Amino acid sequence: MGPSCLAIEIEDLDYSYPDGHVALRGISLCVGPGERIAIVGPNGAGKSTLMLHLNGILRGDGHVRVGDFDVSEDNLRKVRAVVGIVFQHPDDQLFSPTVFEDVAFGPIYMGLPEDEVRQRVISSLRQMGVEAYADRVSHHLSLGEKKRIAIATVLAMDPQVLVLDEPSAGLDPRSRRTLIQLLDQLDPTMLISSHDLRMVKELCPRTVILDEGEVVADGPTSDLLNDEALLDAHGLELV
Amino acid sequence: MHFSPFDLYRTSEGLVHGLDPRIKLALTLAFILSVSLTPVGAWPVYVLLLAVVLSAAVASELGLAFVMRRAAVALPFVLAALPVMFTVKGEALASVQVGAWTITLTQPGLERFVTVALKSWLSVQMAILLTATTSLPDLLMAMRSLGLPRLLVAVLGLMWRYLAVLVDEALRMMRARDSRSGTTGGGGGGSLLWRARVTGSMAGTLFLRGFERSERIYNAMLARGYDGSIRSFRLSPLSWTERLVVLVAFILLMALVLLGYILG
Repeated sequence: MGPSCLAIEIEDLDYSYPDGHVALRGISLCVGPGERIAIVGPNGAGKSTLMLHLNGILRGDGHVRVGDFDVSEDNLRKVRAVVGIVFQHPDDQLFSPTVFEDVAFGPIYMGLPEDEVRQRVISSLRQMGVEAYADRVSHHLSLGEKKRIAIATVLAMDPQVLVLDEPSAGLDPRSRRTLIQLLDQLDPTMLISSHDLRMVKELCPRTVILDEGEVVADGPTSDLLNDEALLDAHGLELV
Repeated sequence: MHFSPFDLYRTSEGLVHGLDPRIKLALTLAFILSVSLTPVGAWPVYVLLLAVVLSAAVASELGLAFVMRRAAVALPFVLAALPVMFTVKGEALASVQVGAWTITLTQPGLERFVTVALKSWLSVQMAILLTATTSLPDLLMAMRSLGLPRLLVAVLGLMWRYLAVLVDEALRMMRARDSRSGTTGGGGGGSLLWRARVTGSMAGTLFLRGFERSERIYNAMLARGYDGSIRSFRLSPLSWTERLVVLVAFILLMALVLLGYILG
């Protein structure tokens, strides 16, 4: 059974940064609805660059489709409602004066009526277990709390695809455990970029290894992460 | 360690804290406007205006000492008004000979200087009350409702949010520098020029990091559908009682200003 491409389809994607540095070479990827995929690879492999292509913030040569929409200039707003990206640093994602306003940002820009925005804010904060912080200023919260709020800002948009960049980086063991449990309860299709291979093992049945802008392996997590020679060749380690 | 440069807000159960932020902002601005419109040397009116500030401070339960202490930040700015003591023409009180110059202190000049000092002290006290009893997000909401352009409000909000982040970053960098500034006895520490260069490159690094961060923030905004327009919730209208309170306060302030002209 080949992988279905209903959630995400990437065909032969190339991207070079304006300074000429080649970040992605001929990436092709198919993701079915509800799948959970881990993108792993050393620093500079192109993981974050690939993620920014999924909602059209970066656009390279090649074809990217998310849900029912091709990622193109005309579809940007629709694509951004379908794909929710949680960036690595919550301080970049939480830019509003209060937590509530941050979570309301996406739904407001989707043009939803105010009552629905409020209701979505409350329910997504509750889903992440941080509803008590709605009126707080995010600057004073801990990293773990900020990460959960950052995920809530995206969940409030009810995305079909959830993209997470290094969700567990920098968290203490307890916050990490809470986060993994919370992520495990979510329904959307998920793409998780991480160095935390133990988390990957728990959350994602499928793994894609990226190195120097290329897909070097794509298969069941249990197979790839047990292949020590493969991990070693790409600077990875299952601690 | 977190540092919030603008954490002026104090939690308290005082009367002023519960007031709608829009009313507080409107009244504060009206008060400051009245203070600046009051004519020079209308001393009784200044006393009445001071009574207004002090009553507000008492009602806020922050304590008079707290407000007055914070208002001291205005003192250095009063120095800018110092020259008026000598430049306004009028009855001479004293004069000093400095080289070829004669500097004369005049009665109206002194009067004007004391007026400027009093006025700024009164205004700053009220502004401090406002910021100590209103959280910044509330204050931003009030600015928006009073017609400040949304873009400006959004910029103020971002500035407040990220100034704290940047200061944290600067503190971390300084700590990293200090922990590597050991010495094996003797002098050490490098030349002044060298240290200046280190400080300069730290400032540059901070600027670059801020620049990169702004790019990442913009990406995060785009990812959630930002399209260049600033959107936010509609605000609930003020109740009629609240409007009445504002109206009465405006009339009282106007009466005070008029009193100043009648006395003067």
